[in-house]
Amino acid sequence: MPFSNEVLARLDAEAAGIIGRYPRSRSALLPLLHLVQSEEGYVSDDGIAFCARHLGLTEAEVSAVLSFYTMYKRRPVGEYHVGVCTNTLCAIMGGDQILAGLREHLGVTDDEPTGDGKVSLEHVECNAACDYAPVVMVNWEFFDNMTPDSARQLVDGLRAGKDVAPSRGAPRLVTWKQAGRILAGFPDDQATGGDTAGQPTLAGLRIAREHGWTPEDAE
Amino acid sequence: MTSLLVPTLTARWDEPDSFTLEAYRRAGGYQALPKALGMDQGEVIQAVKDSGLRGRGGAGFPTGVKWGFIPQGDGKPHYLVVNADESEPGTCKDIPLMLATPHALVEGAVIAAYAIRANRAFIYVRGEVLHVLRRVHHAVAEAYQAGYLGANILDSGFDLDVTVHAGAGAYECGEETALLDSLEGFRGQPRLKPPFPAIAGLYACPTVVNNVESIASVPYILRHGAAAFAALGTEKSKGFGIFSLTGHVATPGQYEAPLGVTLRELLEEAGGVRAGHSLKFWTPGGSSTPIFTDEHLDVPLDFEGVAAAGSMLGTRALQIFDDTTCVVRATLRWTEFYQHESCGKCTPCREGTYWMVRVLDRLDRGQGTEEDLEKLLDICDNIGGRAFCAFGDGAISPVVSSIKYFRDEYIEHFKRGGCPFDPAAATAWADGGQ
Repeated sequence: MPFSNEVLARLDAEAAGIIGRYPRSRSALLPLLHLVQSEEGYVSDDGIAFCARHLGLTEAEVSAVLSFYTMYKRRPVGEYHVGVCTNTLCAIMGGDQILAGLREHLGVTDDEPTGDGKVSLEHVECNAACDYAPVVMVNWEFFDNMTPDSARQLVDGLRAGKDVAPSRGAPRLVTWKQAGRILAGFPDDQATGGDTAGQPTLAGLRIAREHGWTPEDAE
Repeated sequence: MTSLLVPTLTARWDEPDSFTLEAYRRAGGYQALPKALGMDQGEVIQAVKDSGLRGRGGAGFPTGVKWGFIPQGDGKPHYLVVNADESEPGTCKDIPLMLATPHALVEGAVIAAYAIRANRAFIYVRGEVLHVLRRVHHAVAEAYQAGYLGANILDSGFDLDVTVHAGAGAYECGEETALLDSLEGFRGQPRLKPPFPAIAGLYACPTVVNNVESIASVPYILRHGAAAFAALGTEKSKGFGIFSLTGHVATPGQYEAPLGVTLRELLEEAGGVRAGHSLKFWTPGGSSTPIFTDEHLDVPLDFEGVAAAGSMLGTRALQIFDDTTCVVRATLRWTEFYQHESCGKCTPCREGTYWMVRVLDRLDRGQGTEEDLEKLLDICDNIGGRAFCAFGDGAISPVVSSIKYFRDEYIEHFKRGGCPFDPAAATAWADGGQ
């Protein structure tokens, strides 16, 4: 659906701000795609046209770029997009069982939203949290050390509209569209919320403290 | 007493406000910056050269030498690009670093930009980590407010603007020239080198691309001196690095140690392989580095030691797999990843990874033959060294090394007509764990 005049005015202003961050305008293409995705939940034909118009590109040039990157969706996904890591380490630690369980439980395939539009599912590649394996992401926030049961409870909670907090990081989960705004470079007010690290992140530090080890003593 | 672990970059990660400017300054942060700005650019580069710091993103190229390649007085804009696109399977050190102490990265970036005479810097963060993006944006905003970024930083006359840029999901963008193409608004595909980014990088201008951990190590070097950094580690692999122990290990996590530490030493501190099981195979530096076995527990984890034993130090992503793990399944999953992430530019990598997945899948289901192993090695031979970037070489690492060490296990699959392992036994919750 074409953007309303009001939405378009806001997006135009934000696009100008994004383009201003870069010495050359084309560098703004990725954040602009995140921006239009944050508006509609996916990159529509109108979203492509919007990016093309702002950057002086053809719609084909924009499409060629967006199709390269897996975070852009060409169809609506759920309000909460659930990514299960099935790269080798997480897969072996149980990610395969988690993904199979969720597929069966939700009855959806990759990137397909549930009937209520609340949740969609995707297998993702390594998300750099291997010391918390198996890992599940929801709207790109960490849910650590998951099991098939805890993953089922997670998606049930999301569908029931319960408050669900990530294991690490932000105190509260944002929606898929709100996540797109952060990706476009408009962070929300949660930066100072949440912890700095989970237990595995601190494992070596804790052991070094117990021994009284310091860099000076290692010389 | 010799310290096995040396928390430096990780030393403040447990403070509840470690990501704030206040906490970073409390710990001596932003003391290296005025020191660097008071030095000649060449002196800063020399200090980093003297420290022996080598790139922490996997390739291990000397950081100071890379900076020294930037031409001076060429009249072109120079750029610093921080590679925060951490995606190598098993690698999970830069993400916690940016969550806990993003100012170490910001301070290092200002010093690096000053040294290479860049007035613009970009921090390219992978997109799939929202809270890291928030923290890095927040740190950059705090640094602007405190006068560590912007015009005339600390009255030095040096200006620097930093843009935080989110990726959009593409492993290949961790390759430095693919990252530059992506940052220019194109598909993330690698460029032919030479010219290297130091001559023709972002917008065809001289550019340094450095990994997060490399840049975050720079303030330590400036503050404590190159000699203090070089005192740690081994002869050609100086300093400390974050080792990420993951998988079937009693206490997975981040362990910061001098380069040259061994897996045996690290495992001893981490409580060993999970109870009741033994080490089967492991990666020294992510999935792109050939696997090791229990024969390699005493290999010094530095660039030379790991290379001499037939692999690469890579990103120090120590993925530990115990005796419940099927090596064929592990290799198939890594290969599926490489097929999925191949950018498609070079035919050997694009087509080779596709066909390797088909062959490995057949082998995993017990429907392969011994000829398939030769076929796999032949495909690997046609990918290795035949693509623009190191992706292809990485993609063949698990295949070649797993056949080298576990040929019998491949054969067992087609002898039995199926996988001899129970996937349930390998999970985190097997044996009543968790």
